Amino acid sequence: MDGLRDGIPIGLGYLSVSFGFGIMAVSEGLSVFAAVLISMTNLTSAGQVAGIGIIAAGGTLIEMMLAQLIINMRYSLMSISLSQKLDSSFTTPHRFLASFGITDEIFAVASGKNGEISNRYMYGLITVPFIGWTTGTLLGAAAGEILPASVKAALGIAIYGMFLAIFIPPARKAVGVLVVVAFSAGLSCCFEYIPVFSGVSGGFVIIICALAASALGAFFFPVKDGEEAESSDG
Amino acid sequence: MTADTLIYIAVMAGVTYAVRMLPFVIFRKKIESKFVKNFLYYVPYAVLGAMTIPAVFYSTGNIISAVAGFAAAVILAFRNKSLLTVAIAACGAAFAADMIMSLI
Repeated sequence: MDGLRDGIPIGLGYLSVSFGFGIMAVSEGLSVFAAVLISMTNLTSAGQVAGIGIIAAGGTLIEMMLAQLIINMRYSLMSISLSQKLDSSFTTPHRFLASFGITDEIFAVASGKNGEISNRYMYGLITVPFIGWTTGTLLGAAAGEILPASVKAALGIAIYGMFLAIFIPPARKAVGVLVVVAFSAGLSCCFEYIPVFSGVSGGFVIIICALAASALGAFFFPVKDGEEAESSDG
Repeated sequence: MTADTLIYIAVMAGVTYAVRMLPFVIFRKKIESKFVKNFLYYVPYAVLGAMTIPAVFYSTGNIISAVAGFAAAVILAFRNKSLLTVAIAACGAAFAADMIMSLI
């Protein structure tokens, strides 16, 4: 139940983001079914947007593989991080199944949860976002503009509100977290606004920022033993 | 849907699943290295910082409504409100700012 509840804000955010993806996929020439199939089997935003671009342009499969690998490489970091928090209910079959649902937001909420996480929590957490992501894609692709533009625009900020709610409380308590967040955000702005770097793809920006800021934190602000598990309560 | 499209989707889904699944299944032992543990502790915060800033300011298609939503979220997050509360307040503030601007 905890998992389902924690998944609601993610699901709401996904509903609006995937709505836009659905519209985009159909405008690139994909069928409604293909758009929904992509969302059901990928459950990621940046990778899917790049993917439909490659399909529309008739790119090679190698290009598709490389693009997905680079854009989604950050999930490997998240999987490693999350693998340290799993309780004994996570047997191999559960790891095969639950790993499918590791997204930026699901990872953020799961890693912000106190203590170890069970497979039940993880499945609960994945359920609403999966439904939201798939439904939003279907609605966007099939029906085009269902919501008024003003509502759609406002929903776009939901996911960022959630991010802020995850990292602001621990950043108040621990200077290391504050520095890591600020450094990563600053670096991300450099990629956005400095022309030389602005060609770097979104997925790569996240990888570089995550590696650099986490290394900085680990080097200058090591946390005491045992503190890692309990201090990341959101 | 053509067979070509289906192959593209299969490759997309396969690679995306593999990057998530392989580390999740392979890493069974608790990591002992203090640096690695500290590094992994900071990864989620680093990822969120990079994903939120500056993207949040473009999330509503209008920088003023985005700043309103951002401010509402920061204030409530600072007061330790729940994820859902903060997310809804951010949307509400962005929507309200957009409405006010359309009236002016």
